[in-house]
Amino acid sequence: MITKTFSATLRGLHSLLIGLGVTRNNLFRSSVTVHYPRETANLEGFRGPVELVPTEEDPTKPKCTACGNCIRICPSDCLYMTAAKPKKKEPQEDTSFNGQTAEESKTEKPAKKPKPEPQSFVLDFTYCSQCGLCVQHCPVGSLRFSNDVYLAGFSREEFVFDLLAKLKSQAQQKEQ
Amino acid sequence: MMDLIFIPWQLFVIGVGLAAVMAFIGLNGLLLVYLDRKIGGFIQRRVGPYEVGPQGILQPVADGLKLLGKQVFTPRGADPVLYWLAPMISITPAIVVFIAIPFGPRLQVINTNVGLILILAFTGINVLALCLGGWASQNKYALLGAARDIAQSVAYEIPLLLSVLPIIFMTGTFNLFDIASGQGAWPWQWYILYQPVAFLIFFVCILAETNRSPFDLPEGESELTAGFHTDYSGMAFALFFLAEYAYMVIGSCLIATIFLGGFQGPILSGAWWFLAKVYILLLIMIWIRWTFPRLRFDQLLNVCWKWMIPIAVVNLLVTLAVISL
Repeated sequence: MITKTFSATLRGLHSLLIGLGVTRNNLFRSSVTVHYPRETANLEGFRGPVELVPTEEDPTKPKCTACGNCIRICPSDCLYMTAAKPKKKEPQEDTSFNGQTAEESKTEKPAKKPKPEPQSFVLDFTYCSQCGLCVQHCPVGSLRFSNDVYLAGFSREEFVFDLLAKLKSQAQQKEQ
Repeated sequence: MMDLIFIPWQLFVIGVGLAAVMAFIGLNGLLLVYLDRKIGGFIQRRVGPYEVGPQGILQPVADGLKLLGKQVFTPRGADPVLYWLAPMISITPAIVVFIAIPFGPRLQVINTNVGLILILAFTGINVLALCLGGWASQNKYALLGAARDIAQSVAYEIPLLLSVLPIIFMTGTFNLFDIASGQGAWPWQWYILYQPVAFLIFFVCILAETNRSPFDLPEGESELTAGFHTDYSGMAFALFFLAEYAYMVIGSCLIATIFLGGFQGPILSGAWWFLAKVYILLLIMIWIRWTFPRLRFDQLLNVCWKWMIPIAVVNLLVTLAVISL
């Protein structure tokens, strides 16, 4: 009985020394935290409000075909889109592009049907729960999560985003 | 200037000494708060304070200024006299006690032959301060913290004294200067080698007496919010905080003087050696704080009554037997 108590105590004291060793080792290791405002980490997988993906030919035009899948699947009803009447594309326009892209577009879409386009595309971010169903269900991959993680505003209206206008301004910024 | 001449020399020395001691306590408080938080950060693989000043070195200054600027506030139902008396009672003995500590061969405010008794007696007053603070706050957390503190301090006072007694019997003096200078300059001449058990018990008791982790039950955040100083804010809290760090320094000074040869060192004996030893002990205390979790209350008292006191008594008896042989 007595020997048991003493050996348990000795083992306890030994474990205290082991604990001190653990903290001593950690004391001299580099820190694993990030100085947040000066450096950031792991923002790549962060979900910002969804935005439209531009086509390869024209960075101001979205890939969107105005099918309306995203609007139907959205559980929060926060996407609004109106489809434009499909314009007939003139053959002159195709030649005005540089040769390569024109050829590519020809090979991709041999049927010369003009692509339907959205006329307006609005995201009411105040309702959005960032579930990502719209991104998953877009048949042409025209929606993606943005990297805008620093959102702040003074009114609700500021969080109703016109995604087409945003796409155009992004294209302009890229040109500059 | 004329008036200064008529002040008795002893009183003058004590006045200057007390002023120096207060500056010493304040500087130590700033440095220890910073070290505590920075080392805690490093042990937890964080960076610790970083924003105020280079590497956050001015963080404790900013904290102190913030505490200075806060409103002095008496909670409803609190005893107006005792509530404000408690932090003052807590810090005063801490200041007084430093005058008996020999920092160097010629650096001591008063060389009194009851230095050890003076320190051990005055530091006991801190318990009263915490008790008053907890009682006067009219707050259940504060009262529980105060009750815990009394039980803890009373219990750990016994092995503390029992582990000092062998040294006193060996040296035959209460004079801290004589105890320090009675040891040699080299580590193998220090009393820690003659009394290793007493040293360990004394160190643990100092941790417990200063309410230092893992014995910080009187202010256990998880169950008592902040324990005895739950209701205190501003400078009243700052005084408690400063007193806690001052008692840590006093404890380290005592250990350094009694067991580690005080101001003596292999080369260039003096205050530098004393401060180095004190700071090594303080760093070990900080290291222990960030390593061990808080004890449960029954564990705390079991460690004291079932292990420390019997071992201290046996150690004392063995020492007496060896001395008398």
